[in-house]
Amino acid sequence: MKIVREALAGTLESSDLMVRIAPRDAGLEIVLQSEVIHQFGAQIEAVARETLEKLGIDAAQVIIEDKGALDCVIRARLQTVVRRAADEWTADWSVLA
Amino acid sequence: MKLRRSMLFLPGANAAMLSTAFVFKPDSIMFDLEDAVSLREKDAARILVFHALQMPIYRESGMETVVRINPLSSPFGMEDLEAVVRAGVDVVRLPKTDTAEDVHQLEAEVERIERACGREVGSTKLMAAIESASGVVNAVSIAMASKRLIGIALAAFDYVMDMQTQRGDGSELYYARCAVLHAARYAKIDAFDAVFSDVNDDAGFLKEVDLIKRLGFNGKSLINPRQIELLHNAFAPTDEEVDYSRRVVAAALDGEKQGLGVISLNGKMIDAPIIEHARVVLRRAAASGTRK
Repeated sequence: MKIVREALAGTLESSDLMVRIAPRDAGLEIVLQSEVIHQFGAQIEAVARETLEKLGIDAAQVIIEDKGALDCVIRARLQTVVRRAADEWTADWSVLA
Repeated sequence: MKLRRSMLFLPGANAAMLSTAFVFKPDSIMFDLEDAVSLREKDAARILVFHALQMPIYRESGMETVVRINPLSSPFGMEDLEAVVRAGVDVVRLPKTDTAEDVHQLEAEVERIERACGREVGSTKLMAAIESASGVVNAVSIAMASKRLIGIALAAFDYVMDMQTQRGDGSELYYARCAVLHAARYAKIDAFDAVFSDVNDDAGFLKEVDLIKRLGFNGKSLINPRQIELLHNAFAPTDEEVDYSRRVVAAALDGEKQGLGVISLNGKMIDAPIIEHARVVLRRAAASGTRK
């Protein structure tokens, strides 16, 4: 799958996050803003990278505004934004689990 | 004894509610992918619910998980079903069930997905929501349509629209409630009443709960966690009912030992239905506690 358009997923409500994604020629650029960045920043970024990697996304700009979301919410929002921004959605549910 | 008094609706696209709703401890928690989710968020809600269903807190809490999917005839229903069956949902709630054929179609698709993902065939249970005159008229055949059905539910908003009326004092639902309840009892499955939407009217809510409990419903769909404790308390037997039931069961056991065909308690005849009712009250008290 390839990111071919800009997309947005999630909200800025507590326990959620907003993710924006945009095409990039090469490499993943992840920009993270979070109220708990000092405690959980590394973990949030790791979850984001792992989720994108499982979807085969290796080139995109990703901006995450985290509001204290659980890991499963982070995965869900990233998968949603990729689905909205990709040229084709080829992931089956076993990949998303 | 499996209690299904409270079935709490949660909008499937709301991450905060999905992350925390387990603290309210309803008997069943229902993630909604249908009417509570806007068209543009259907994809997001489906993926969010897919992950929420796999959260250990829901898997290990003993709380029954239910997902109301979109109708299979809509562009979203089939993908909803793929997601939730694979995620291990306990019960799939089918909206707008008009005929037994709707249940047959759902069952066939659920079985196909179970086989495809390696889930035990038959482990996904079903619930049919009746929301139209057609559904009410066909309630018996719907309730009998599948061994997977754990219950049927009356959903009032669409039903009253179909009947060209509106929500009022409850008289507008009287026939539908009785029809759904009789169908469920005939099929030996549970019956669930519709939501009470005014969350600030506790007195009106409790009046409706009293009515549906006396009619015989197992429970009710809820839209606000505040209604859970009110509902559970109203469904709990009183100390007096428990005390009387204990004496009935004790008298029945005593009569059995003495070989008596007919027994009495305080001068009143105790027969089999009264003894069975007393046992149900004691089982319910053991499962839920007594009324506060």
